Amino acid sequence: MTLDELKTGQEGRIVDINAEGAVGQRLLDMGFVTGTRVQVIRNAPLVDPVEITVRGVYVSIRHSEAGSVEIELI
Amino acid sequence: MSKKTLRILAAVAGQPNSGKSTIFNCLTGARQHVLNYPGVTVEKKVGSYYVHGGEISLVDLPGTYSLTSYSMEERVARDFLLLEKPNVMVDVVDAANLERNLYLTFQLMEMGIPLVIDLNMMDVARKRGFQIDIKNLSRKLGVPVVSTVGNKGEGQRELKEVIWETSQNKDRRQTPMRVYYGEALESALGRIERMISRDPRLTEHFSPRWLAIKLMESDAEAQRLVQKNSQTAKEILEQLAGERKQFIARNGRTPEKVIAQLRYQAAEEIVEECVKRQKLGKRTLTDRIDQIVCHKIFGPIILFATIYAMYELAIVQGYNVTNYTWPMLAWLRNFTASLLPPEGFIFDPPMRAMPLAVIDGIIAVLNYVPIFLILFALIAILEDTGYMARMAFILDRIFVYFGLHGKSILPLVLGGLYVGGCAIPGVMACRSIKDERARMATIMIVPLMNCLAKIPLYVLLIGMFFAAYKGFAMFFMATITIIIALSVSKVLSLTFLRKRETAPFVMEMPAYHLPTIRGVLRRCFERTWLFIRKIITIVIAVMFVVFLLITLPGLSKQRHAYYVDQAEQATRSFYKEIGKDNPYIQSLSGGGLMSFVRYADDYKEAKMGVKGKEAKKALDQEFESRNPDYFKIVKRGKYTIEGRQVTDKAAKKVDRAYKKLAGTRKSLRRERKEDTVETSFMGRAGRFVEPFTKYAGFNWRVNIALLSSFAAKESSVATLGSIYEPTTGGQEEELGERIKGAEKGWSPLHALAIMLFMAMYPPCIPALLMVRLETGSTKWMLFAAFYPVVLGLAIAILVFTGGGILGLSGLEAMIAFYVLAVAVTTVMGLIKRKTGKGLEKGGGSNGLKLKES
Repeated sequence: MTLDELKTGQEGRIVDINAEGAVGQRLLDMGFVTGTRVQVIRNAPLVDPVEITVRGVYVSIRHSEAGSVEIELI
Repeated sequence: MSKKTLRILAAVAGQPNSGKSTIFNCLTGARQHVLNYPGVTVEKKVGSYYVHGGEISLVDLPGTYSLTSYSMEERVARDFLLLEKPNVMVDVVDAANLERNLYLTFQLMEMGIPLVIDLNMMDVARKRGFQIDIKNLSRKLGVPVVSTVGNKGEGQRELKEVIWETSQNKDRRQTPMRVYYGEALESALGRIERMISRDPRLTEHFSPRWLAIKLMESDAEAQRLVQKNSQTAKEILEQLAGERKQFIARNGRTPEKVIAQLRYQAAEEIVEECVKRQKLGKRTLTDRIDQIVCHKIFGPIILFATIYAMYELAIVQGYNVTNYTWPMLAWLRNFTASLLPPEGFIFDPPMRAMPLAVIDGIIAVLNYVPIFLILFALIAILEDTGYMARMAFILDRIFVYFGLHGKSILPLVLGGLYVGGCAIPGVMACRSIKDERARMATIMIVPLMNCLAKIPLYVLLIGMFFAAYKGFAMFFMATITIIIALSVSKVLSLTFLRKRETAPFVMEMPAYHLPTIRGVLRRCFERTWLFIRKIITIVIAVMFVVFLLITLPGLSKQRHAYYVDQAEQATRSFYKEIGKDNPYIQSLSGGGLMSFVRYADDYKEAKMGVKGKEAKKALDQEFESRNPDYFKIVKRGKYTIEGRQVTDKAAKKVDRAYKKLAGTRKSLRRERKEDTVETSFMGRAGRFVEPFTKYAGFNWRVNIALLSSFAAKESSVATLGSIYEPTTGGQEEELGERIKGAEKGWSPLHALAIMLFMAMYPPCIPALLMVRLETGSTKWMLFAAFYPVVLGLAIAILVFTGGGILGLSGLEAMIAFYVLAVAVTTVMGLIKRKTGKGLEKGGGSNGLKLKES
């Protein structure tokens, strides 16, 4: 499954990033690397984007970007 | 090298929210200034300080999470390190967020420049229960580590000391920790490194390991570096392609993924060994605040309240403040005027008119300074507290449909989303949008908002033609602009801006943080000063050109003679009226008349500026001593001699005659001015385009008004006013009535067309210059000036001609156009946005060229 499918409060572990180029690199730089735990904190009032905590940092990403983060549910 | 003053170049790097600029300010104090990095709109702060007899010049690099070539900031930071080769780098690290900050630290270490780590915000880290073993951290990383609390100045001295030592430590180079990238990758890196090491052109400028890593990460800029600077580029890149292919085939993942993962793993290990966490004091406060601030219902309410408060404070209150600052600027103008050759009866010497036109332009810009100061302070607060990120979080969804960004809201509001803003601060506020395409699109549509200068014309025309439904008409004008602007933005991002870089939205939501007054004030003055410095010189040049356009080629001989004749007639009847035996005739004959005219003007103006009995008395005394005779006249023959009230009939007579003369002079001067504008190049252009603009309902008079308000939109009403001036003089009709009288054929459709054209009117000159500054491109500035004209005309023609053909009334046309605009914008929003193809390679780079050494 992918990160955008997680519901608020759910946690997952990153399996892979299916994005190349700027988006992929930015995700990697922000700590979205294989094996990392992520948790969905909340959605924006209009659902998109979504706030996620990764490595102790709170990050907001668009659903289209979250869709490229492959995870497994914990 | 001489032993006098050693100059050390130090670069301050760090991730966003690490308190980097606080450290920079704390190190350099007031000795700093703000520049732009060449060719880009990224701010560059430079400062210096002395230590042990050496001068340390410090450069603040943009805050970045990484050092790839995908974003402008990262490229700028990296290029600076590669090109300028600082003697030492200071990496400002957020102590409470060590793991992610180390990710950047590792990359800096790979560049081979001596590094000092500044473990900043130690107080926050301690409060959150982190205990950091600094000695161990320094040993593990192999570079010195200093702990600081930037906003309290703690650790500043030690940091300076360590920077100095590190910069002097030339013989024993640092041996920083190396991230181990695994056997497969390390051996590939080794092979590429060896090839790089064989080319002295490359090793002279780059750390071979750094370059090898970047190449393996498929960094486009690194490949360009090799191509530009190495003779063996072809072999290196061929080898690289093979290595990457092989690596991916064996590991199933790209090297950049593995590299990032291993960097994080290394960071994790270090944190585990050097950091102890006592209590799990999560970001509870921030989380609790965000539960409300990002709430589905309260979130948007708080957001709109904040935006409204900003608009109210900066734009509305800012304009109120200008009421107090304006007299100072007016004084400046009058002072300059007093230094210039004096004005004539009808014709002013060019050496007076031209400098005054330029001064007026400068004053028009300086008038905005109070607004800027308030605005920049507020923006700094929004940024420092962390609320800016929440604004983007809440609104991104809507804006993304139109090629914009969540952060586009602030520029649009400042530009006049709520009716009445100013494009200059609006365009300037676009800086915080890191997505290049969205930033450009926002800059281009901000001037379409209803700036304050557009409002008077709406009020005038709505009052004339839509009086029965004023409320609706105003609502129409207030909302139609954003509807059109959204479509424009979408079109631009699908066409001209298609190839611009977009940035991933991925954005940190920093913990809330109380801003310091010093930090806020500092930034607000810095930015205002930068603006003033940059814009004033350009304004001078532009105002000069505009002055020529509305003045040249000047009046014909006949017209000139006509004015001279009229002036003579007026003076003759003045003399006749006061009579030959008037005792004041002596001081009023010949040049005396003109000096009296100036005296009377001065007195009138001075009187307006003073309040209170004492001040008035002092003023009278001053003018009396300047010229006692003239004084008696301007006092209308009522004055006191030796404490006695006197009524001087002769002086009263002169005053009455002069009133007439002054009236005639005023209207002659105005007539002459319009005459000049009409026959000027600008005026000719107005007539020239009439055959075309008539489809929009504009005749040549309107054309001239619209053309000349290019210099200042505020004047559109004034220009219309002077064109439709009462010819008979005397009776003061309302301007609206006059226009109606002069343009018998005018219908509400005419008015609607003009209003819509005004809504789309090109930005004023200072705003255009701001566009030039923020886009860094003259082409884009010209585009911002011309597309609104085309768009505005198209809309005006559609409404006027289209409405005419369909036989619509003004109100019907308004409604029809509104429905159409909403429909178009909805369709525009639904067009799928392309997720930047061809951008993967980090386009838009300026290609790094190395200095020959």
